[in-house]
Amino acid sequence: MSRLRRFFRTPEAIAGSLILALLVAMALAAPLLFPGDPQAIAGPALLPPFQNWALPLGTDRLGRDVLAELFHGARTSLAVGLAAATAALLIGAVVGTLAGFAGGPIDEVLMRITDAFQTVPSFLLALAFVSIVGPSLGVVVAAIALGAWTGPARVARAEVLSIRERDYVAGARVIGMHPLEIAFREVLPNALPPVLALSSVIVAAAILTEAALSFLGLGDPNRVTWGGMIAEGRTVLRTAPFLSIVPGVALVLTVLGVYLAGEGVVESTAMRRSLS
Amino acid sequence: MTALLSIRDLAVRYRRDGVEVTALKGVSLDVEGSERLAIIGESGSGKSTLALAVAGLLPGSAGIDGRIEWFLPADAGAKAPHLGRDIGFVFQDPSSSLDPIMPVGKQIAEVVRTHLGLGWRDAYARAKTLLKRVHLPNPDAILHAYPHQLSGGQKQRVAIAAAIVAGPRLLIADEATSALDTIVQAEIVTLIRQLVAEDGMTLLFISHDIALAATLADRIAVLRHGELVEFGETRQVIEAPRHAYTRALLDAYLGLDAQPLLDRQGTRV
Amino acid sequence: MSVLTVSNLTKHYRRGGERFAAVDDVSFEIAPAETLALAGPSGSGKSTIARLVLRLIEPDTGRIEFEGEDFLALSGATLRARRAKLQMVFQDPLAAFNPRATVARVLDDPLRIHDIASRAERPSRIASLLERVGLHAALAMRAIHEISGGQRQRVAIARAIATRPSLIVLDEAVSALDVSVRGQILDLLLDLQRQERISYLFISHDLGVIRAIAHRVAILDAGRIVESGDARAVIADPQSAIGKALVAAMPKLNRETTL
Repeated sequence: MSRLRRFFRTPEAIAGSLILALLVAMALAAPLLFPGDPQAIAGPALLPPFQNWALPLGTDRLGRDVLAELFHGARTSLAVGLAAATAALLIGAVVGTLAGFAGGPIDEVLMRITDAFQTVPSFLLALAFVSIVGPSLGVVVAAIALGAWTGPARVARAEVLSIRERDYVAGARVIGMHPLEIAFREVLPNALPPVLALSSVIVAAAILTEAALSFLGLGDPNRVTWGGMIAEGRTVLRTAPFLSIVPGVALVLTVLGVYLAGEGVVESTAMRRSLS
Repeated sequence: MTALLSIRDLAVRYRRDGVEVTALKGVSLDVEGSERLAIIGESGSGKSTLALAVAGLLPGSAGIDGRIEWFLPADAGAKAPHLGRDIGFVFQDPSSSLDPIMPVGKQIAEVVRTHLGLGWRDAYARAKTLLKRVHLPNPDAILHAYPHQLSGGQKQRVAIAAAIVAGPRLLIADEATSALDTIVQAEIVTLIRQLVAEDGMTLLFISHDIALAATLADRIAVLRHGELVEFGETRQVIEAPRHAYTRALLDAYLGLDAQPLLDRQGTRV
Repeated sequence: MSVLTVSNLTKHYRRGGERFAAVDDVSFEIAPAETLALAGPSGSGKSTIARLVLRLIEPDTGRIEFEGEDFLALSGATLRARRAKLQMVFQDPLAAFNPRATVARVLDDPLRIHDIASRAERPSRIASLLERVGLHAALAMRAIHEISGGQRQRVAIARAIATRPSLIVLDEAVSALDVSVRGQILDLLLDLQRQERISYLFISHDLGVIRAIAHRVAILDAGRIVESGDARAVIADPQSAIGKALVAAMPKLNRETTL
C-alpha cells in the first residue's frame, strides 16, 4: 500500500497516470459509446470539428466519425503497445537469464544472436517482417517485439551475472535444485526490477512503431489505428489539417503519459531505496 | 584529566517504515582527554548510533534529544568540532569508505588540503609520511595504488591514515577490525594503540568484542538496547562487572582458556 | 570408515595474469560425528576448500571421496540427489537466502526436491524442523528479512538438516553472530551432532570458537595445510608460524574467578 502512496507522491506519476487512465477509459468505452463499425460512413465528408454536435470532431474524407475512430484507435494503440512490450520483455528476460546463468557457449550463441538483432534497425526489421508475412494485429505485435527484446535481454543478463555469484544461488545448488529451477525461480525474479524499468520506454516505442507501420499502410486493415488516421489525413493536409492533428496529439499524449508513469515508478523505487 | 566531551541525556530515534525506533535512551557519559574508551554492545545496542552522534554524522531525519558538549582548547577557534580535522572516523568496511577510482595517496592528500590548507606537493609528502606511520610497506608504490589492489588489512591501514592525517583530537573506530581475520585484527589494534599514544589522541573504540576492547581500552562502557548499563575502568568491568549483562557477555567469550563446549555437553545430563 | 576423504586437492586461480594455488595439495578426512576445523587467515584457502568439497567449483586435481563414493565422478541428476547428504551453512544468513523467500519456502525446497515428504505432509515437517532448531513453528509464515540474525542462522541449520545429511560444511557460520547468540548456535550444532551423528567441516579464523567445538583442527597457510591434529593440543602448542600467529592474536581476558 505504501508503495502506491510513494508512487502518487511524484508529480510525474500523477500526470502520467491521469493520461493513461483517460486512455484506458477511452479504449474500454469505445464499443459502448460507438457501438457500430467506426469505419462506417456517418455523415458528409470532411465535416470540420465543432460544427455538428452529433459528430463533435467532424468527419474524414469518406465521411467517417473522427471521434469514434479516435476512441477505437486507442484500443489498437494500447493493445499493440502492451502486447508487443510484454512479448519483448518476456523474450528478453528469458534469453538474458539463460545466457547469464548458463555462461560458456550458450551465453556466446545467445548474445551473438542478440547482437545480430540489435545491429538491424528495429523499424526496418518490423517493416520487412510485416511485408513478408502480411499485415494483421498478431503479426504487427510480433514484428515490433522482434526489434525490442534485445534491450531487456542485455539488462537481464548483466543482472543475472551478478546475482549468479550470490550465496543464495550457491545455497540452492547445495540443496540439489535443478539448474533451470534456480535460473527461473531464484535468479530471474530478483533480476526483473531493472528490466521492468525499461518497460515504459518499450511500450512507448511500440506504440510509435505501430503508428508508423499503420501510417505506411502496413497495419491491420480491419482496425482503426491512429497511424492510419494520420496517413488518411495526409492527402488533405492543407484543406483539413485537423484530420492529422487530432490523432497526432492523441499519440503524443499517450507516449508522454507512458513515459511519465514510468518515471514515477523509477522515482518511487529510488525513494524507497533512500529511505531504507 | 580534563573532559574532551560530555554527553548528557542523549536520546536518538529513527523512523523506519513509519515505525519509530529508539536507538539510544538517556545516555550520559564523559570522555576524558587522551583516554581510550571502548563502547561495547551487540547488534541493536546503539553503539554505532552513539559513534555517529559524537561525529555529527546522524542523518537529518533522526530525532535527537540531549546534548553533546565539547571542551576544545581555545586555539581551536570554532566551538563545534570539524569531522576530519578534529575528529577522525574509521568505519568497519574500508572498501566502502575509500573511493574505488582514486589512488589512495590522493585520497589522503585531499584530506590534508581540505583541513590543513596545504598545496598538493606538501599534501602528498604528508600522505607518504602517514602511510609510513601506519606501517604500509613501500609507501611510494601504495601512494599511487587503487583500493582494489590492496588487501583488507592494508585498506584499513589506509583508512586509518586518512582519518588521522589532519591531526584530530578524537579518533573514532567503529567496528574497525570486525571485517578482518584475527591476525590482521591484532595488528590493527596494535597500530591504533601506538598511533593514539604517539599523537596523544583520545580514542573511542566501538566494538561487539569485549575481550578485544579490554586489550586496548582504559575504560569500558557497555550499551544494551540503547541504554548504558555499565561504565567503568577496564579492570573493574572485566574482573568485577556490576551488571548481569556484562557478566553474560564475558561468560560468552570463547577465549583460549575457556572450557570447550564439547566437554560441557558431555557432562550435561 | 571416514565420511569424507579428500586427497591431494589442488585449485589454481589467475590473478593479474599470474597463476597461484588457492588450494595446494590438501588432504584430510572426517570420521562420522566428528568435527574437523579448518583454521587460517583470510586468503589461506579455507572457503575455497569448502566450495570444492561441495562441488560449487571444480578442482584442478585431487580426489574427493564422500561416503565411500568418488564424489567428483558424479554429475547431473545423480549429483543433485547425492547433495542431500552433504549440506552447507553460510556466514551471512541474510545473503544465503533468496531475498523474497519466506521461512516456509526455504524449508519446503529441500523436502520437495529430494521427495522427503508429500505436499500434504510438508507443513508438519517444516514445523518439526523449526522446533528441532529451537524456533516456534509459527515463524514459518514470516519472511526471511523480517526475522533476527540468530533466528535466520537457525533456519539455515534447519534447512541443512532437512535432508538428514551426514556432513555439513559450516563456513564461518557463527562469525557474524552476536556473542550471546553464538553460544546458543554452537550448543545447537553440538546437540545435533550427538543425536544425528552429523560430521562437520567447520571453517573459521577464530581459534577460540574452534577450540570450543572442534575435535580436530587443520591450520592452513597460503593454500596448504601446515599442521593438524587434536584441536586442543594444536592450539595449546602450535608448531607452525601461522599457528603461533593465530594463537598470539587471540585477545585474552584475564578474569579473576568471580564465581
